[in-house]
Amino acid sequence: MLKDHAKIIHAVAVSGEVVGRKKLQKMIYIAKKMNFPFQERFQFHFYGPYSEELTLRVEELCNMGFLNEAKEDKGNYFQYRYSLTDSGKEFLGLNSIEMPSLQDCLGDINGQSARFLELVSTILYFDNLPETEVIEKVHTLKKSQRYTDEEMAQAFGFINGLQQKAKH
Amino acid sequence: MGYSTEKLSEEKVFKDPVHRYIHVRDRLIWDLIGTKEFQRLRRIKQLGTTYLTFHGAEHSRFNHSLGVYEIVRRIVDIAFEGRPEWNEEKRLLSLCAALLHDLGHGPFSHSFEKVFDLDHEDFTQAIILGDTEVNEVLSRVEQDFPKRVAEVIAKTSEDKLVVSLISSQIDADRMDYLQRDAYFTGVSYGHFDMERILRVMRPKEDQVVIKQSGMHAVEDYIMSRYQMYWQVYFHPVTRSAEVILTKILHRAKDLYQNNYSFKYNPLHFYSLFKDQLTLEDYLKLDEAVFLYYFQMWQEEEDQILRDLCTRFLNRNLFKYAEFDPAKEYKKLAELSALFVKAEIDPEYYLVVDSSSDLPYDFYRPGEEEERLPIHLLLKNGEVRELSRESEIVDAISGKRRTDHKLYYPADLLEKSPENPYVKQILALLI
Repeated sequence: MLKDHAKIIHAVAVSGEVVGRKKLQKMIYIAKKMNFPFQERFQFHFYGPYSEELTLRVEELCNMGFLNEAKEDKGNYFQYRYSLTDSGKEFLGLNSIEMPSLQDCLGDINGQSARFLELVSTILYFDNLPETEVIEKVHTLKKSQRYTDEEMAQAFGFINGLQQKAKH
Repeated sequence: MGYSTEKLSEEKVFKDPVHRYIHVRDRLIWDLIGTKEFQRLRRIKQLGTTYLTFHGAEHSRFNHSLGVYEIVRRIVDIAFEGRPEWNEEKRLLSLCAALLHDLGHGPFSHSFEKVFDLDHEDFTQAIILGDTEVNEVLSRVEQDFPKRVAEVIAKTSEDKLVVSLISSQIDADRMDYLQRDAYFTGVSYGHFDMERILRVMRPKEDQVVIKQSGMHAVEDYIMSRYQMYWQVYFHPVTRSAEVILTKILHRAKDLYQNNYSFKYNPLHFYSLFKDQLTLEDYLKLDEAVFLYYFQMWQEEEDQILRDLCTRFLNRNLFKYAEFDPAKEYKKLAELSALFVKAEIDPEYYLVVDSSSDLPYDFYRPGEEEERLPIHLLLKNGEVRELSRESEIVDAISGKRRTDHKLYYPADLLEKSPENPYVKQILALLI
């Protein structure tokens, strides 16, 4: 019970601080694609994979006082920062989560820009397609982002690296 | 004349309690409605277990799918027709995607998908792209037409304007189910002025925007979503039925995996239990099939499966207590241990249900590029996110309301009032 909540708290705990809701969404999606057992269901939305379940779960964790959410007005939009509270630490102490290589993977993911993570998560969303079709999909669906060949290659390399880390 | 432009000799109409009439003139749409995969939706209720709370809620996904089609038909044939931003060639693609958007839903979808780790969206894709009657009909338009329809429904199409008609924060899907669910449940919350919204919708680049003059109609729609969630979709009694249904499916799966010998072989479930579900097997599942097994499982030797099925069919649901995980998570561990001592398996009889277990979409202005919000088209041609203009929307989208409840079988506990562990359980629960 509350195991799925505990997994999200654990993800934020091992990441230190996560800046941006979009980034948090992409981090959990990518980790899930690396076979970490997150239960939230993702669908493709205008800006890539998105989970309403995850949004609600994070809201619940903030209401419970296990996660702290700081809101900054950026003019045209708001940005949110997430970190673990003391109550969250205590909860996690009693509901320990075993995902040994998660910290390593999320550390790498959290270190990337939201733009790059949007590319990585879009590539992973179409991982049932051959690589050339995936690239074509990204160019079609993310036209406005104008991803370069270099970024595309970096993203594939990044995914390979994560897959190796996630195995350990 | 090609199949895609072929019209019926006379317009067909379906009488509908929400939209009055659903009009079909295109041969393609008529043929799709007649396929066996689309007819299957008659046997899947739109609101799953809600009929156990609101007895009128027996309407099906078939009704809703026709309703979504009708709304999109009105948008493209009336609101968008002749506008330079709208490409008439997208009309048929929009209508087919609207009609077929829920094609892959299974019986009692929410619980079913959770237990067997399935996603109806995957089955919608499989039905449209697989060896099915729907695929055969769509392929008559063009060879790649099924793929284009499937991509719109999966929201991975490059035709983002068409996608946003079917799936955005103000789309035909939501506009139909809010009104339809309100009508069939009999509540008075889900009503809003859809005609007004349709009149002020405008295609703009790759999204649908709303003329500023229509803001108040949109406010009503947002309020209706908010109220329907708390009053109907997340009703605690419906959630109790959903909890029991989930536990029935878990128990049956668990028994199968432990080589339990069922008195009545659950043939329809075998491929699900073995994780080898084919499209053919999936299409054989509907709510009548599930209810048949629940009926039969009331006579099983396994006490838990028997009890849960009897509860579900006779609406003898679990009671609930408000639960605050922040303050009470230690109490939960204590309760769980007491249930074990009282010989009531907490895995099946003590359940926390959270609002995040029923992901539903409140309106979210969102962070930049998190999720596309509703945009108003201002008089000067600029677009602005809805909650920046509407104080009402700002008020309900800025506040977070979440909910958790603890479900338990009160009647089972009350049968053993002298049991010291039960006494402790009741003291903690009440």
